[in-house]
Amino acid sequence: MMADTPSSTTPKGTTRDRTAPKGPGWRFNWVGRIGLVIILFWGLVALVGPAFAPYPPGEIVDWDYFGPVTGKFWMGTDYLGRDILSRILMGARYTVGIALAGVTLACSLGVILGMMAAVAGGWFDMILSRLLDAFNGIPSLLFGLVVVAAVGSSIPVLVLTLAAIYMPGSYRFARALAVNVNTMDFVTVARARGESTPYLILREILPNILGPVLADLGLRFVFIVLVLSGLSFLGLGVQPPNADWGALVRENIEGLSLGAPAVIFPSIAIASLTISVNMFIDNLPSKIRDRSE
Amino acid sequence: MSPSLLPWFLVVQRLGIALLTLVIVSFAVFFATELLPGDVAEILLGQAATPEAVAGLRAAMGLDEPALSRFVGWLVGLAQGDLGTSYVNNMEVVELIAGRLGNSLRLAGVTTLLSVPVALSLGIGAAMYRGSLFDRMVSVLTISVISVPEFMVATLAVLIFAVWLDWLPALSYGADVSSIGAMLKAYAMPVITLSCVISAQMIRMTRAAVIETLNTPYVEMALLKGASRRRMVLIHALPNALGPIANAVALSVSYLVGGVIIVETIFNYPGVAKLMVDAVSTRDLPLIQSCAMIFCVSYLSLITLADLIAILSNPRLR
Repeated sequence: MMADTPSSTTPKGTTRDRTAPKGPGWRFNWVGRIGLVIILFWGLVALVGPAFAPYPPGEIVDWDYFGPVTGKFWMGTDYLGRDILSRILMGARYTVGIALAGVTLACSLGVILGMMAAVAGGWFDMILSRLLDAFNGIPSLLFGLVVVAAVGSSIPVLVLTLAAIYMPGSYRFARALAVNVNTMDFVTVARARGESTPYLILREILPNILGPVLADLGLRFVFIVLVLSGLSFLGLGVQPPNADWGALVRENIEGLSLGAPAVIFPSIAIASLTISVNMFIDNLPSKIRDRSE
Repeated sequence: MSPSLLPWFLVVQRLGIALLTLVIVSFAVFFATELLPGDVAEILLGQAATPEAVAGLRAAMGLDEPALSRFVGWLVGLAQGDLGTSYVNNMEVVELIAGRLGNSLRLAGVTTLLSVPVALSLGIGAAMYRGSLFDRMVSVLTISVISVPEFMVATLAVLIFAVWLDWLPALSYGADVSSIGAMLKAYAMPVITLSCVISAQMIRMTRAAVIETLNTPYVEMALLKGASRRRMVLIHALPNALGPIANAVALSVSYLVGGVIIVETIFNYPGVAKLMVDAVSTRDLPLIQSCAMIFCVSYLSLITLADLIAILSNPRLR
């Protein structure tokens, strides 16, 4: 019954009205391809980037602070005279890594619970759905603030908090898809054969909702990057001397009135990552995105 | 169940969920702060405190009672407007918040008044001329704003208006508020930033809602009868899209709750959100709890309102 009342916190319903690709197919358009290239680039940077950093990320290499872009410092220097390029390369590891861990945790938990609720139905579904609906009514940044105030900030705490914030949405999304698949004949047949719930979930339902679920995972990744950057920007995310991209913006915010590159480049890094994920998801081949329709 | 009762059933159900959320939120807010490593009394008295002094303070603060009875006491106090005393400066939390709440509400109000008309006309316009250059420009702009964190919109606004154009002060407070012109200038930056953030959402949702009604058979009928595009959108589609649009407005305004936290911090604006962020860094629990409750309640009311509008405006449920 709740499935047809509108989702209240995630704007995902609105991001899907774009002109659909003509007919089903595996074709990517060029916007999607550009998005994918940028995503792969940042993924690669997070994996091996720090090895190519020209300076150690924590070392003060210049006497001047908020230095401009020069041949020696490609992206200028920060408020202590550290090399921004090296810090961004290192920060990629925090931003991408934490967000990826958070979104994987949130979506795997949400999707499994969602499929279980759809298959089991009854009281289990009812109670879990109402409880997680209720959880959806907590503003995400605020939840992060309270948790960090309570237990302090560390990387495991951040991952768990971000996962907890986005799990209910993922649950709701997967459940709605799984409820549709659950009524199909092949599931009924499998159930009549006497297959167990884990079999039904993993072999019958999951393959049929995987495409949309992965698209949803991408959107959630963007939200998580945004909230993580927001927390770091408030000084409650990754703690110094380490810094993710949000923390880099915070550290150097005083350079803003000087128009320092130290503020601009980390901002560009965040924007390029989130915008490219959105571009990629928006232009996924319809075969992947709308598999269940 | 008779069909005419269905919307009311959904309304009651939605209100029930809101109430449940409120209970969970208050529970979470209270016990999250209980998780704090160490004891509040020890933190307050510092390392040099004798065990007797700590025990005395604990008894005085009622900390040796069981957690559940303190929770109930806190909840009752909250309902009666007694928010407790700040740990840091011993002031009444009510007084601390009262001074700031007006500022935050003013910021939110001005932002809403400014962004709703702009966002609605842009959203409806984009839907009316769907696929045109205007539509595509609006789409690209809104996607960009949605995809970046709030603080980047703020950073960009400072960069453009304060650094390059030098029109406005970068910080809102401490700035001179003697004349109306100066006050407008001080408010401008936070309001511009917040408006951008919530307008982007509102434009997308409005556009989607209007386009959805444009795809219905009766609008196609109007088109076939030769109605102009303007007439088709404004007379035929818009009245039926009003429910979803109102829903979109309420949902977008709820984004203010997150946005205001970032914006007040970056512009040093003396509102409740800034108070809360400062309280988090000093670990001032009663203050954090009260601010968190204020934010949660306003967010919850807005999204509940949005859902109620959606339920009541859906003619299929009648």
